[in-house]
Amino acid sequence: MITIDAKGKACPLPVVEAKQALSGANEGDTIHVLVDNEIAVQNLTKMAQQKQCVVSDGRTNDGNYYVDITKGAQTDKQTDVPVSCAPMNGGKTVVVLSSNCMGSGDDELGRALMKGFVFALTQLDTVPDTVLLYNGGARLSSEVPETIADLKKLEEAGAEILTCGTCLNFYGLTEKLAVGNVTNMYVICETMAQAGKIIRP
Amino acid sequence: MEEKLFCKGGGCTAKLGPAVLERVLSKLPKPTDENLLIGCESSDDAAVYQLTEDTAVVQTLDFFPPMVEDPYVFGQIAAANALSDVWAMGGTVKTALNIVCFPETMDLNILGSIMTGGSDKVREAGASLVGGHSIADTDVKYGLSVMGTVHPKKIRANNTCKIGDQLILTKPLGVGLIMTASRVGQAQQEWIDAAVRSMTTLNRWACEAADAFDVHACTDVTGFGLLGHLREMIQPIYSAVVRTDGIPILDGARYCAEEFLLTAAAQRTRNFLKGKVRFAVDDFALEEILFDPQTSGGLLMSVPQEQSEAMLKEIQKLGLPCGIIGSIVPRMDCDIIVTK
Repeated sequence: MITIDAKGKACPLPVVEAKQALSGANEGDTIHVLVDNEIAVQNLTKMAQQKQCVVSDGRTNDGNYYVDITKGAQTDKQTDVPVSCAPMNGGKTVVVLSSNCMGSGDDELGRALMKGFVFALTQLDTVPDTVLLYNGGARLSSEVPETIADLKKLEEAGAEILTCGTCLNFYGLTEKLAVGNVTNMYVICETMAQAGKIIRP
Repeated sequence: MEEKLFCKGGGCTAKLGPAVLERVLSKLPKPTDENLLIGCESSDDAAVYQLTEDTAVVQTLDFFPPMVEDPYVFGQIAAANALSDVWAMGGTVKTALNIVCFPETMDLNILGSIMTGGSDKVREAGASLVGGHSIADTDVKYGLSVMGTVHPKKIRANNTCKIGDQLILTKPLGVGLIMTASRVGQAQQEWIDAAVRSMTTLNRWACEAADAFDVHACTDVTGFGLLGHLREMIQPIYSAVVRTDGIPILDGARYCAEEFLLTAAAQRTRNFLKGKVRFAVDDFALEEILFDPQTSGGLLMSVPQEQSEAMLKEIQKLGLPCGIIGSIVPRMDCDIIVTK
């Protein structure tokens, strides 16, 4: 065991001295480094991990810190648990409302159709698992009384109502969100990717 | 060299960590003067106080221990760094005062060189050096207290970026790593020269080059590194994506990171940003460069996508490595995602 006393020395000196000792050490040798602050412990740990060494640390009796670095002893980098790519049987039903209008043609008609659609969702035998609202769809959970009431019914029946936070902010509706929670693009993307069925009016 | 400064780790690497700072500052009462346009509520670069309909005062100060041995160069860097906050707000520098800590027993010619360096940069800034305050201390520290003006409608706050904006960085990263390597004798002279050239360059020129464009938000990159300062720009409704290929990096910085010539400041920022930044690339050296504390670093500006290429061309004319480092996107799973 090689001991390096780097107490009272500012970064990067503890790392520089430990690295020097490591390069002269044999495989399996342990370098015992003493430092007086936690940041130095973290910088030593980063170096040791990058160099594939086994590293551990702790407090000394006098209130300082030690880092033990064993040269080249780390077995292969931990492999991540393989992610299952099997198709999901069934999966969740996700309703995507990306506009406050249903269909294209006349917007006044489209707004009326959308209100009708959200109402119809409440009448289905099985409620959807998730309703995602973005862009103009954000108005449906924050501005339109009829759809807000229906979305609340869906939420009570167990549906998750998620509105894009960036969109609410864009339309100045952040304070007005009346049902469900704010979400982000990562969750929107993930929810759609993992859905068994996506319904887009 | 007979006039040499002793460097223990100076410049912006000497800053207190953001976590410590936030804990202390949050306990102080908040000012209530309504003419205070930018105070301590946001983590902005300088305070802005409105005097009349078309004039606001910008106030800031900065000082630190030396990170280079040449006292004249140290004076230049400390001044360029202190003045920068006014340009980060989009303002014009008017006056500056010296802040000096100096050991009574040290050669006064060294202090003279430091202050000459500072004075030269204040003049280059188009401002007047009008006095200062000196304290006898065990170690050398130098900087400026700076006053500038800005039109209240032209303030460049740091947290007003818009979705779809591109992020332009006007100076290369890595000065913290290279100056740390220099301190332990592991930096090549040309790396140090390039870092010094970057640190002594006034952000005035980048600020003025940006006047022709619609800058939505601006900050200067200093002690908290690119990621620390970028994070201050991100409102909770947005995220930022940093693209590795556009990042301007000083020659040698990657080598220094791979040799683990790491500062404590970078690690403090890394701890502070835990869970707020996601690295989608496996590149240890790059991570260190993105956390690296920058003394007198560049401006980070958030500009509309359609103007970003034209603006980058103007900034490139100033002669320092610069680039479009990323963009503002809809809210994702964390504040900042670093990817290829």
